[in-house]
Amino acid sequence: MNFDDTPQEAEFRTTARAWIGANAPRQYEEELHKSSLGRTQLTNADILEVAKAWQKRKADAGWACLHWPKEYGGRGSTPIERVIWQQEEGPFGQLSRMFIIGHGMCGPTMMAFAREEHKRTYLPPLASGEKVWCQLFSEPAGGSDVAGLRTRAEKDGDDWVINGQKIWTSGAHYSDYGILLTRTDPTVPKHKGLTMFFLDMKSPGVEVRPIRQASGASDFNEVYFTNVRIPDHQRLGEVGDGWNVSLTTLMNERSAIGAAVSTGFPELFEYCSSLMLDDGPAIEDRAVRSKLANWAVKASGLRYTSMRAISALSKGERPGPENSIGKLVAGSMVQDVATYALDLQGASGVVSGPEDAEVAGRFQAMLLRAPGTRVEGGTDEIMRNIIAERVLGLPGDIRVDKDVPFNKIPTKGR
Amino acid sequence: MNFDFSDDQKQLRDQARKFLTEKCSPKAVRVVLDGKASYDEELWKGLAEMGFLGVAIPEAFGGAGAGHLELCVIAEEMGRANAPVPFSSTVYLAAEALLIAGSDDQKKKWLPAIASGEAIGTLALFEGKGNPSPKNVKLTAANGVLNGVKKPVADGAVADFAVVAARTGSSGRDGDISLFVVDLKAGGVEVKSLTNLDPTRGQAEITFRDCKAEPLGAAGEGWSILTQMLDRAAVLCAFEQVGGADRALEMGRDYALDRIAFGRQIGSFQAVKHMLADMYVSATLARSNSYYGAWALSTNAAELPEAAAAARISATQAFQHCAKNNIQVHGGMGFTWEFDCHMYYRRANAMALGLGSLTYWEDQLIEHMRKKNAA
Repeated sequence: MNFDDTPQEAEFRTTARAWIGANAPRQYEEELHKSSLGRTQLTNADILEVAKAWQKRKADAGWACLHWPKEYGGRGSTPIERVIWQQEEGPFGQLSRMFIIGHGMCGPTMMAFAREEHKRTYLPPLASGEKVWCQLFSEPAGGSDVAGLRTRAEKDGDDWVINGQKIWTSGAHYSDYGILLTRTDPTVPKHKGLTMFFLDMKSPGVEVRPIRQASGASDFNEVYFTNVRIPDHQRLGEVGDGWNVSLTTLMNERSAIGAAVSTGFPELFEYCSSLMLDDGPAIEDRAVRSKLANWAVKASGLRYTSMRAISALSKGERPGPENSIGKLVAGSMVQDVATYALDLQGASGVVSGPEDAEVAGRFQAMLLRAPGTRVEGGTDEIMRNIIAERVLGLPGDIRVDKDVPFNKIPTKGR
Repeated sequence: MNFDFSDDQKQLRDQARKFLTEKCSPKAVRVVLDGKASYDEELWKGLAEMGFLGVAIPEAFGGAGAGHLELCVIAEEMGRANAPVPFSSTVYLAAEALLIAGSDDQKKKWLPAIASGEAIGTLALFEGKGNPSPKNVKLTAANGVLNGVKKPVADGAVADFAVVAARTGSSGRDGDISLFVVDLKAGGVEVKSLTNLDPTRGQAEITFRDCKAEPLGAAGEGWSILTQMLDRAAVLCAFEQVGGADRALEMGRDYALDRIAFGRQIGSFQAVKHMLADMYVSATLARSNSYYGAWALSTNAAELPEAAAAARISATQAFQHCAKNNIQVHGGMGFTWEFDCHMYYRRANAMALGLGSLTYWEDQLIEHMRKKNAA
């Protein structure tokens, strides 16, 4: 048992470190390092532009989408090399956020289902960040129950005509392309009548409207489709096989090993280390210590769980299901941590003007962003179902609509 | 990175599981639970024959000379089987104390006897309520004899020798405490068995009256040695707890698959599934924290105190959580003496206290993290 690199890994790390050292946008390092959940921003620059520039620079030198094949803009690296890269990229990895959906979900789906000429056309600019992609699955009537979506695609000559509405689409407002899950046959049970496409987000009839979140920020959008035409050659997978195609996308989302999850613990520990309470330093207070210790072991537990997965990768094995716990644990933890940090400040925890931005403002931003973390990419409840069913082997939920034609499923509870 | 046990170590774990499945069934555990024996002597002999008692003891002292990682995988299986033997007292505490601070003669006297199953050892630290702290040690040592009362002493009624924490000064510092080795069969002690939460592991009160004792380590070094012992034992106990947590989770899962109510397997209800998923989450966090503890223990890393505290807290919580909710999944049957659920519930809650309570380890963890941060 050790944490040492193999000689090949060490060599890769040295090369990566040297390149990052010479090329990363150092001027933003401190600000990126200080970012926390709900607050990743640059004071004097547009983060989207900085992110795109960094991605392009990486791509030009062969450091973009490491695990992708070279012909599609990647490096053909092993999974462990990708993890080492993430470790070395450190705070600059925050700049990859706007590409996560494209690189983590859309790209792999295109790779698995698109025509060869499309792969060669669309994947390299996706890898280099010149084109940004989004994923159009969720709908007002289909969140956790994605297969309940209602957006219609109807064949018209060589095209499909799309009508409907998507919601919670991350980054749709700055995306160039998207992968889109639609209903092509409402007369069969819901999982069987779906078909996947990719489309140009600038197509006529696509309208993107930002959603103002409970936090006040706008990371997500509603996307409306009115008679949008998509050529049939942009279909991904067979007609009616969209559900299976979407599973490829979602599996990729959940298999991102070593991806940092925000727990809020380092921020809280740092804060408690300097905070003075009425009767002395917070860090010496028994009650504070007890709270900190309970979160400390969750944060370290997640860290070492991730290292176990990385070790499996390093040995060329497939990581076990342990990694599925990350988002579930971190989501509610960051919410609790933020609540507690504000509680430690007493009445002044409520204030968040510029002079309080470092402390209260930071934890307030965390608090207001956290509910989203517990919902997006699979709610806590869906994550528990996944663990119960796929890891523990418990029975799936009884689905009353499974064998019912989609257009016969009731749409209102009362 | 190779943050995992080796294939040989995993093989040893399988071997231990196979052995314990055969020799330490719940039925065998119940013999001790029901008070028909104070520990499972036959299992103890078997553990010696398998080489498990001396797995981390050097060959020069009659052990297998493997190491702590090997001991960790065996500990996990001991916890999974709820083994009713004085393994933790003897192997994690007494043997480790001798390895840390014993003289050559002391090692020669006790370590081969431990490895062969002839000697049971324990640590006599606590004196009534309270967590590990020099100020809670009142038993005195003067002129080579001990006077005072230790309670509770795990496995004290079956132990052949004890490592005893004694007061040798009154400066109010850690240096007031020294450790001694006492042959409990040589007179000067009175041992009384105590009823306790987990009858599968005995607890005792030991009264020392002008009892002859040999120093273990240098005078005034007792607290420093003891802290190292507790850190090591915390990691090893964490593996027992992880094993116990996993077993409790499996029992709950299996019952949820078997039991039908409202015309379906109860494991198909989300209320039950989510409870089991949360048990899996705690057990996984505990396992990962314990692996880090194992790494720190096996390399004697500077991170050991922090890693041990994290493993201790995480594994204690996980075992308590899994044992508690295993009963809940079982419903009324889980609350019967007949079902095995309560054996893990008892063990989980007894183990949560044995090396000092959660409050103590929480405090230790944050203190070490604070120091590291300040450095």
